[in-house]
Order: sequence, then C-alpha cells, then structure tokens
Amino acid sequence: MLKKLALSVTLACLTAAASAQEPKTGGVINAVIQPEPPGLMLALIQNGPTQMVSGNIFEGLLRYGPKLEPLPGLAESWTISEDAKVYTFKLKPGVTWHDGKPFTSADVLFSIEMLKQTHARARGNLGQLEKVEAPDDLTVVFTLKQPFGPFIGIFEVGSLPMVPKHLYEGTDFKTNPNNNTPVGTGPFMFKEWQKGSFIRLVKNPNYHVKGKPYLDEIYWQIIPDAAARAVAYETGKVDVLPGGSVENFDVPRLSKLANTCVTGAGWEFFSPLAWLWLNNRAGPTSNKKIRQAIMYAIDRNFAKDVIWNGLGKVATGPSASTIKFYTDDVPKYPYDPAKAKALLKEAGYNGEKVRLMPLPYGETWQRWGEAVKQNLMDAGMNIETIATDVPGSNQRIGDWDYDISFTYLYQYGDPALGVGRNYVSSQIMKGQQFNNVEGYSNPEIDKLFAEGANATPDSKRKEIYEKAQKILVEDVPVAWMLELQFPTITRCKVKNLITTAIGVNDGFRDAWVDK
Amino acid sequence: MRQFARQMLRNPSGLIGLIIVVMAILVAVVGPLIFPNSPWRMVQRPFLPPFTLSAVPLGTDALGRDVFAGIIHGARVSLLVGLVSTLAALAVGVPLGAIAGYFGGRVDDALMRFTEFFQTIPSFALAIVLVAILQPSIYSIVAAIAIVSWPPVARLVRGEVLSLRTREYVQAAIVTGQTNRWIIWHEILPNALSPVIVLASLMIATAILLESSLSFLGLGDPNLISWGYMVGAGRTVIRQAWWITVFPGLAILLSVLGLNLVGEGLNDALNPRLARQGR
Repeated sequence: MLKKLALSVTLACLTAAASAQEPKTGGVINAVIQPEPPGLMLALIQNGPTQMVSGNIFEGLLRYGPKLEPLPGLAESWTISEDAKVYTFKLKPGVTWHDGKPFTSADVLFSIEMLKQTHARARGNLGQLEKVEAPDDLTVVFTLKQPFGPFIGIFEVGSLPMVPKHLYEGTDFKTNPNNNTPVGTGPFMFKEWQKGSFIRLVKNPNYHVKGKPYLDEIYWQIIPDAAARAVAYETGKVDVLPGGSVENFDVPRLSKLANTCVTGAGWEFFSPLAWLWLNNRAGPTSNKKIRQAIMYAIDRNFAKDVIWNGLGKVATGPSASTIKFYTDDVPKYPYDPAKAKALLKEAGYNGEKVRLMPLPYGETWQRWGEAVKQNLMDAGMNIETIATDVPGSNQRIGDWDYDISFTYLYQYGDPALGVGRNYVSSQIMKGQQFNNVEGYSNPEIDKLFAEGANATPDSKRKEIYEKAQKILVEDVPVAWMLELQFPTITRCKVKNLITTAIGVNDGFRDAWVDK
Repeated sequence: MRQFARQMLRNPSGLIGLIIVVMAILVAVVGPLIFPNSPWRMVQRPFLPPFTLSAVPLGTDALGRDVFAGIIHGARVSLLVGLVSTLAALAVGVPLGAIAGYFGGRVDDALMRFTEFFQTIPSFALAIVLVAILQPSIYSIVAAIAIVSWPPVARLVRGEVLSLRTREYVQAAIVTGQTNRWIIWHEILPNALSPVIVLASLMIATAILLESSLSFLGLGDPNLISWGYMVGAGRTVIRQAWWITVFPGLAILLSVLGLNLVGEGLNDALNPRLARQGR
C-alpha cells in the first residue's frame, strides 16, 4: 500500500527571457563570496559562504523548488508509506564521485552516520530516525520511530550532504586531507583556492545530468570590503553578487546599471526572519502589554522601505510567509504610536530604562537599531542603546543579559525545524543564541509544537500550527520585524542561476551565459 | 592681563581662531535650546539634498534625520569630550610632571619611565582598545582620550619645573623653609603655566579629532550624536549623498582649526620673547 508521489520537475524559470532561449554551453562566471569561507567540507562546516560554494560541489538526495516542493537530486524517486514512517528512496544509477568511483547506497548510509557526528542540525533532523537500510545499491529505506512531517524537507545539500565513503571511512573526519580538496558528486569540481583571493571550481565532465552544467568554470572572488565588492561589479570584474554581498543602499544604484538583473528569490528554504528578542523574564518587557506596545510603536514599513530599500516583507508572526503552514489570520499590529502609548500607560510603565542591543552586522543593522530606538522613545519608552561587537552580542544574548535585542534566524521550511525551537519551553537553555532566548513559556504552545511535529496528515499539522501562530502573535514573546530579502544581483547575460529554494547555493548546475 | 588681550587681538589668525571657537561654544551651549528636537528623529524623507527645504537646511541622512540638528547637537558632545578629557589629562599630567621635575633623582626616573611606557604605545590604538574593552560610552571615551594624552603634559611640565627649580627665587623659598607643596604650587607652577595653556588648547583640538575618529569607527557613545559619528555613518553612502559627511566634516575641520589658531595666538601672546619683538 504505497502512495506514489508525483514527480513533476518544473523548474521555475525566473526570467521570462531565459525560458524562451536554448541554453548555451561554455563560459566562465566570476561571483563574489562573502566572507571567505573557513573551509569547503560541507559535512563539517555549514556557515553561509561554505554552503554557497560547496552546494555546487556536493549534492543531497533531494533538491527543493521555490515552493519547497521536493525535486529529484541524487534520488530520482521516493515513496512514503501510508503510516508516514517508512521513506524509500531510489537512487539515480550511473552517478560517480569526482574521482570516478560510483555513488551507491553505501555512501548514503555512511553519510548519515558521519553527519550525525559532525552536523548539529542534521543530528537534530535525524532525531526521529529509527533505522536506515540499503536493500540494494540503489535503494535506501529510512524508518522513523513515529511520523515526522518535516522529514521530507531535510535532504537539501546543506542539511544532509552526501559524503564519499571510500575517502572518509575509518579516518579522523576533522583532519582528513580531502577536506581541503572536497570530492562530491555535484556539477562542479574543486580546482584551487588562493586564500584571500579566489576559489576556482571547474565543470564536472561526467556529471550525471546529461549536458549539464553549461559553464566551464566558476571563480568565487574574495573581496573583503563592501564598497570594493560593489565597485568590482561595476567595473565588470564580477558578474554575480549573491544576497548580502553589498550594502542595501547600494542595491538600488547597482540595480539601475545596464544589463543588470535583480531577484529576491532563492532564499525560500532559509526564509530569514528578523525580530527583536524581548526578555520575557524580567524588566518591563516581561509584561505582555508592554510587548504588544512595542509591536505597535515600531514603524516596520519604514524599516522595510528606508533601511532595507523596499526589500523584504513586514512579518506577521513567528513564521515567514514562505514556510509551510503559514497563516496571516493572526492579530495584527500596525504602526500606531497612540495605541502603543495607551498600552504602556495601561501596563503602568513609568519610564524604567530599557536596554536595546542592535546587531553588530554593519551599517544596515546599526541604522535599524537607531530607527527602532527612536520609534520606542517616541512612544514614551526610555531606551538606552548598548554597543557591542559580535562576540559580546552573542554572549549577552546567550546569558539572557538584555531587554531588547535584534536578531535574525533561518527557518528551514518547516515550523518543526525552524520555528518551534524559539518558543517551546524545552528549548530554554542558557548559552545559546538560536533557541528560546526570550524565556517564553506556555504549556499550550509546548503541546501544540510537540503534536505538530508528529501529526499526520498535513491538514492536521496545518490546523495545529495555525493555532500556535495565533496564540504566539497574541502573546508577542518576541517582536517580529521583517522577512528579510537578500537580493541576488547578476549581469542579465547570466541565465537560470536561481531556480531552487536555496538559490545560488546549488544554482550553477542549471546556470548558463548568453554570449 | 590687558596687555595679553591686546597681544592676542593684534594677531589676526589668533583672532579668527578665537571667533570660530567662541561661535562653536555658543552653538554647543545655546544651539540645543533653540533647536530642541532630537537629532535622532526621522523628520523628512531620507537622502533629501541640502538647501531644498528650509526646515532641514542641510538635508537629511540615510534615515531622514536632520543633518543640521545633528551638527548643532553634535557640537555639544564633541566640544564637551574635548574639554573634559583635556582637563582630565591635565589633572594627571601636571602633578606627575611637577613632582618628577621638582624632586628629580629616583622619583623622576620612576615617573618618567612610567610616562614613557604610555608614550611608546601608539595613542590611537590604545584608545581604541580601551574603548572597546570598557564598552563605548561617553565616560569610557573621555577616560580613554585622557589616558592617551597626559604623557606629553607630564613631560612638558617636568621640563619647565626642572629649569624653574634652579632659579634664585625658588632656591630662596627653599632656604626660608617653605614646604615643597607650597613651593610647587605658589612659586613654580604659576610660572610654568603659559606653555601648558598653549598645549591644552591644542590638546582640545586633538581630543575632538580622537573622539571623531573613535565615533567614525563605530566606537562612539551610541546614545549621543557626535560629528565623528555622522561622518562615519554617512561615509558608506558618500557617493549618493555627499552632504551627510561633508557638513559634519566641515564642523570638525573648523573647530579643530579654530582651536589650533587660538593655540598659536596664545603662544605668541604668552611668550615674552616674541611679545617684545612686537609681532
């Protein structure tokens, strides 16, 4: 009794022109990578730039379209059992590693074991896994302890990259020499890395999708200064500026240049959501009315239009609109200083000092901190800005030593993977910045997120998560600001770069250059 | 005193400097009373060029904040930091130098080695480190500037005291059995004062520059607007909006220039040898 899932590979072509044209083979692309990654072994290092470069070297079992629908990757088909506990993947035949060895189910089993040791998020995602088996070379069967809806969403390359067993088995993973010359199955092969200058990838001639990739080489240029990166684009040194590589105020200027295309797509899997941690434990922010007042006091449209140059979207609640089971049927908090003042008065706020900690990530965040401070002061709050550096900010957030603090986190497509962690009480642990830092504790929310992770079918999960969103938005455990958008700026001759939910991270497979 | 004033006024560059400084002080003292609106308030659309709206004569910055209001309110912070940190540096440097110069010998050696210890560290680097460790605030900035700027004061005062100590009137005071403290305070320091005053006026200028540099690097007090902060915040958008950096930059330039001219003028007026030449 297996339920076949339809496998329609509809890669959305984002530029209308691109879809109309026949891809051309050949060409070299220069892209910016910012900052320089600490290493390229995706199974060991998962920070942003590593994922961006190595997502084109390694591959996962699945890829994800802009709506987070699973697409074939190294697995060409998959089935999910009726009880939602057994996932069977059929691997694509004829896939080889960059060194010529065949890719088989043994590699998948090994990768799972290795990632459980080296990849914190993968370890969490695999927490519901009872066993994984390989009945033959091209079949892998995952059996779960209980149904876990988000499971189909964990096979993205950065979340569960496939590692060559023949190079890593029995070695010390951290010191394996292959970490410096990563070997994957992906469309591009690692060629050379001039530290502080560039990383060069070359076409994999034996790639398992016939005719792809189209490009011959990719140079990831390392340019430490934001202004210099913008200039490098203007002078034609680079053709691709991935999201976040130039300051926001440069985006409109660069967008207006001739032959320049800009898109906000390609971040759906991450869905970065910015909010203010509000300390629910102590101080004025422990009062729900004051937290609601903060929501009313802040002009989030101003932040979007002025500070982020119109990029992004005002957040309605704990889930970004791009992730599963999102609903906007929640209490609304429009910009309303009068209402904020009334709520502050009602709550008995009498000018106690409230500390605000901006995110020390550069100009945009600094300006945003100043704007929010002004909004809150206009509503009658007594705000003092605390200036910190990155380690200082991490430490203060981890030690809960703040009243209001900026942050933004990725959501990974499913509320069970990227939302619940910030609101359930079991995630209140000192010393971390990505869990329930605000100290919000509500047994009903705990129950809903626990049920939601394991409920089947999806309609049931939807019901549960929509209820959870309503409760959270009413309680305002944190003040949601914006769904961030990191625009990718490219020369228009670069076609089809962004086709999936992780954008540039695995986009060069399909990209081509129009000459 | 009257002669000193006449000397000062006779020197045209000193006079110009004095006018600039007095104006800056006036702006710092009275300005925020005349323009009470917070310079942090977003009042107009962002990146409004200067001289287009009379309400915001110098335009607006990246968030739509009034650049003119920023300069008026920033004057208070910049001048206050300059003045207070210079006073603090004098409070450390003058006694240390006087003690070292007066007592000489081992005391002198010990104090001067201590002073050299501070002089060997690049002052701006030390100031950055201090502010970063202490967390940026107006107090840590004043403290950091004072800590890096007292050694030249100590050395100058020591040199003056060293030469004055051998004068006959000082020797006479020692012979008549005056206490050391009385001699330093009443006989020596008043006569060593004029070079210190000149140095102090230049130090205020340096301190303003130091504060601006720290704020430019993002190490300013985040709750107070200062000229250096404005330049630093506008620097990244200088290609789109020159006025955000240029006007506060001009304010820094003018006040530092003014203080330097005043220092020169004071030097001329207070130096008896130059004065006699009737410059």
